[in-house]
Amino acid sequence: MNADAGMSRRLAGDASGLRARIEDFLYLEADLLDDWKIEEWFALFAEGAIYEVPPTGETGETDSATSLFYIADDYVRLRERVTRLTKKEAHSEFPRSQQRHMISNVRIIGLSGGVADVSCNFVTYRAKRGVVDTYYGKHVYRIDCGVEPFKIKAKRSILGMDMLYPGKLTIIV
Amino acid sequence: MDTLLSNPQMVVEDHARQLFRVSRRAFTDEAVLDAEKHIIFDRCWIYLGHSSEIPNNCDFVTRAVAGRELIFNRDHKGVVHAFLNTCPHRGAMVVREKKGNSRAFRCFYHGWTFDGTGRFASRFGEGNYGKEHYSGCADLGQVPRLESYRDFWFVNFDRNAVSLSDYLAGAKEYIDLVADHAEAGMEIVGAGQQYVINANWKLLAENSIDAFHGFPVHSTYFDYLKSLGSLRSDAGGSNFSASGMHDLGNGHAVIEYASPWGRPVARWVPSMGEDKRAHLEALRNELIKRFGEQRGTRIAEFSRNMLIFPNLVINDIMAITVRTFMPDRPNRMTVSAWALGARGEDHDLRKLRLFNFLEFLGPGGFATPDDQEALENCQRGYINMREVGWNDISKGMPRNGPPMNDDEEQMRCFWRQWRDRMGAVA
Repeated sequence: MNADAGMSRRLAGDASGLRARIEDFLYLEADLLDDWKIEEWFALFAEGAIYEVPPTGETGETDSATSLFYIADDYVRLRERVTRLTKKEAHSEFPRSQQRHMISNVRIIGLSGGVADVSCNFVTYRAKRGVVDTYYGKHVYRIDCGVEPFKIKAKRSILGMDMLYPGKLTIIV
Repeated sequence: MDTLLSNPQMVVEDHARQLFRVSRRAFTDEAVLDAEKHIIFDRCWIYLGHSSEIPNNCDFVTRAVAGRELIFNRDHKGVVHAFLNTCPHRGAMVVREKKGNSRAFRCFYHGWTFDGTGRFASRFGEGNYGKEHYSGCADLGQVPRLESYRDFWFVNFDRNAVSLSDYLAGAKEYIDLVADHAEAGMEIVGAGQQYVINANWKLLAENSIDAFHGFPVHSTYFDYLKSLGSLRSDAGGSNFSASGMHDLGNGHAVIEYASPWGRPVARWVPSMGEDKRAHLEALRNELIKRFGEQRGTRIAEFSRNMLIFPNLVINDIMAITVRTFMPDRPNRMTVSAWALGARGEDHDLRKLRLFNFLEFLGPGGFATPDDQEALENCQRGYINMREVGWNDISKGMPRNGPPMNDDEEQMRCFWRQWRDRMGAVA
């Protein structure tokens, strides 16, 4: 028995406990985004992590190497995205919009080597100049639960809308 | 309509004073949009789609074009058609999927069926329908004109329009520069991006070929290139040198310039990684072998933003985007944007192409959202138009010699065409 399998067993042994800890972690993430603590948010990601938003209205097109996504960031580009959002010259977020991130239906769909595959539904509201944009869909995460604090290794936000009605995707949904 | 047409002074070109102005009413007035629908979108060649979107016999896609709902398909023999997506029986939209492959289209309401050539193909028993129904009157409606150039298909709702070839005029040469990227031809990659911008459609026509806004609006994008060490200002040892714009006729215009960014077609920058360097060099050499030093390096190194009047943009920049947009209100448009790549492209290069696309383009890119913000901000500013009623598009008018790419002559080409078409009806 290797150490990883042992850890997974320990984590899985208390499934509802792990889910509660993951939920706490996701609520923390949502809170950081709500408060525009974007650099602290980036610190939740493990080195080498990826962040993706696939195209709307398509099913099965899940590879950013063959399909045009909205966002397909590697770790470096994600860092640059965050840097960009801290600048007032990121005009689409100046003055900054107000946001609320809602999360529900959190499920652990896989667990291996202390790394959990997690899915949840989301609704994110973005308000600016009297216009409220609503983004909704499903997040799929790969979260390293073997470290403290947890680290996100991958986040994919699958929009549930059939097209991008708000036009922009300038916030992290 | 009367007030619109009795007031032709919405575009004012004053050479003596070196002023070019456009009334902000052109962006806000319902009557203007109504007239545009009839005078521009019903009479110009409007982009429908690319051959690669329906590669096989019986493939189809559906989309809204020029205020219609259309079916763009290839019949069982491979012939391309464009139909109005409405049942001749009661009007229901016959095809409701976005895309698919089918030998026949069947309206779900009463089961009227059509083959891929649009012919009524139902077989009802005797006594139901007379001969007329089987000789044309129950066929799907065809778009009056459908023509293509280098795999780009266009429709025209004016039966008497000039040919697409004559309409495209000088733009054909620049479509060639894109279509020639790969010997195997070009293809649309995956699904496109569809999004809404709350601004008048003509603001995006202007913006798509506007180099003047580049640094003020996109400084964070250039910061990104700098941070990655990927901002290149050389022209890649090219003996082609161009920095300017060309009036392509009929309201079409292009700007061309040395690229500050990398290009998957054949301009390497460090952020692409050393492993891609030889690959891109080989692509570049291939282009030079096919087209000679000058045209080859021009395709490899230079960027081009082109507007084909009224609403097709083909921007061959850090990737190639094909973009079209339709107004549904004076202050709102729906944008469809696609990535174009080499047919049968190597997996790693395709990945690089899409990665490069997303660094700048699209609703989640590092640049397009700021363009959207600028456009929407203009539209909001027009609320003050009773006091401040005119846009200025004069930059470069006093210049001796050819226009620069960051002048505004390319937008003036658009507006002169708009003025001539809208005014001709007055």
